[in-house]
Amino acid sequence: MVNHLKSYKNTFIILLVVLLIFCLINISLGSVYIPFKQILLTLTSGEVEKDSWRTIVLNYRLPKAITAILVGSGLSISGLLMQTLFRNPLAGPFVLGISSGASLGVAILILGASFFGASITSYAFTNFGLAIAASSGAFLVLAAVMLAAIKVRNTMSILIIGLMFGSLTSAVISVLAYFSSAAELQQYMFWSFGSLGNLSWQEIIALFTIYIIGVSMVVFIIKPLNSLLLGENYAKSMGVNVKQTRNITLIATSLLTGVITAFSGPIAFIGLAVPHLTKLLFNTSNHKTLLPAVAISGAIVMLICDSIAQMPTSEYTLPINAITSLFGAPIIIWLLVRKRKIYY
Amino acid sequence: MDATTKYIIKTTDLSIGYASKKHISTIASNLNICLEPGNLVCLLGKNGIGKSTLLRTLTKVQPELGGTVLINNAKLETLTNADLSKTLSLVLTERLPDSSLTVYELVALGRQPFTNWIGYLTTNDLEIIQSAFEQTNTQHLMNRKCYELSDGQLQKVLVARALAQDTPIIILDEPTAHLDLHHTINTFSLLKNLAKNFGKTIIVSTHEANLAMQLADELWLMTPSKFISGKTATLIEDNSLDQLFDSELISFNKTLKQFTVNHS
Repeated sequence: MVNHLKSYKNTFIILLVVLLIFCLINISLGSVYIPFKQILLTLTSGEVEKDSWRTIVLNYRLPKAITAILVGSGLSISGLLMQTLFRNPLAGPFVLGISSGASLGVAILILGASFFGASITSYAFTNFGLAIAASSGAFLVLAAVMLAAIKVRNTMSILIIGLMFGSLTSAVISVLAYFSSAAELQQYMFWSFGSLGNLSWQEIIALFTIYIIGVSMVVFIIKPLNSLLLGENYAKSMGVNVKQTRNITLIATSLLTGVITAFSGPIAFIGLAVPHLTKLLFNTSNHKTLLPAVAISGAIVMLICDSIAQMPTSEYTLPINAITSLFGAPIIIWLLVRKRKIYY
Repeated sequence: MDATTKYIIKTTDLSIGYASKKHISTIASNLNICLEPGNLVCLLGKNGIGKSTLLRTLTKVQPELGGTVLINNAKLETLTNADLSKTLSLVLTERLPDSSLTVYELVALGRQPFTNWIGYLTTNDLEIIQSAFEQTNTQHLMNRKCYELSDGQLQKVLVARALAQDTPIIILDEPTAHLDLHHTINTFSLLKNLAKNFGKTIIVSTHEANLAMQLADELWLMTPSKFISGKTATLIEDNSLDQLFDSELISFNKTLKQFTVNHS
């Protein structure tokens, strides 16, 4: 029998090659010029001319590139999950208030520190402390949105509820900020700009572990996610446990978005836009194709944004959050205007 | 063997309706259905009389308020969604959410109750999908996107999806609501053919009363006063159809086997 499902093998090979190229470009760029050959030598454990070059590549640039890949793919997968679950192209981790939840968690930790009489230098303010605060915040807001979602069946209402939770958390953050010291405020601001650097290998392992847990959960719901494309009633009639699928989707999303936001700040745009970009490229709704495609595309987009943010040959690094929206949004608008409607 | 064995759907004193914490609103009660396999059943009744509620109850979307439902001799309340998905497939009246699924992918989704955790299609699955396309005569649509189809084509493809699920019972909720006469007749003759030649039990809720008279093996009538079920010919003979619409404007003409408008 002929299987009429389209194979995307070639597209995937091309995407992976593109990913590798941008990964190398990303590592080659930075405030210090290092010859490309020396970078390759470092990565393949060969002899390098200068020891400082090896240190820069292995301890700064490589961790940053890996973070970019994890952050880009994780956020994009989360966005795709939300778009399928809510059957709404406007859904994404940011719109549903998960990122604002994470921000609230971090804000309470950093800005609320004076309330609790803690010192900013204590253990709670390491990346791990921030990660736990952000994840709990993200999970709480998402759970609240979901509780509301069970009561209201209308998708638009759920999105509005998500936006309301976003406003609520921003309001709480404003109040906290008002009573905070300049130093605390600055630390929070820097966190909210987003940053892919500054992660130690230990922290990357933590990020990677939770990333893997989140992604493995997603792999097991590929099949029910596909039946949800026909709506909940059809999915049920095909034996899908809709409630369980919804819960797994939510837990996976909050794990991924929570941990990423924790380590790299609330990175806008990627989670919403990359699934659209991928759907335009692949023209499919099948999650078996879309999930890996979205993950690879997300990683590529994030690497490109990070390369731009480093402002090659200059000493400055722009906030990654500005770059993702500044360069990404016009591209999506251009694609949509030029091509056609995207179907979900 | 048990005496009920030959019935694929049997209900005893079934009551349907909606129950909330505060009060119970019963829409219909004393529904007794004995349905043998291989029949095309048309469920007729005015708007709002509870056709959808009955179908929702039979498909376990909402619980029965009283009485019992046996599907293939198994109590409905003891069946899980996964069990039921192997006995009963649906064609719903609701619009499909926007997606770029191809027709083939849509029909292949019908195999989900039988595929492994990732949804791998075996040769057997592919054969069943192929014959679902053949039975509905929709092979030429296979590689199209669902959003490109006309309402008539989409309805056939949705029937193909239900066939791919390969269940003895198929339930359709107003499948011809958006179709013109040509596609309506096409859909009904397809359903008739599936019941007659492939032994499927097909239950259709519809407003096409006149077509139902010609094609249905059995009728389920939801009248304002009671629920009546029986062979089409019997119900035509015993004047049951007069009760379907309690209106002076419509009456049932036995010789024509049609509902007609009363001119003043």
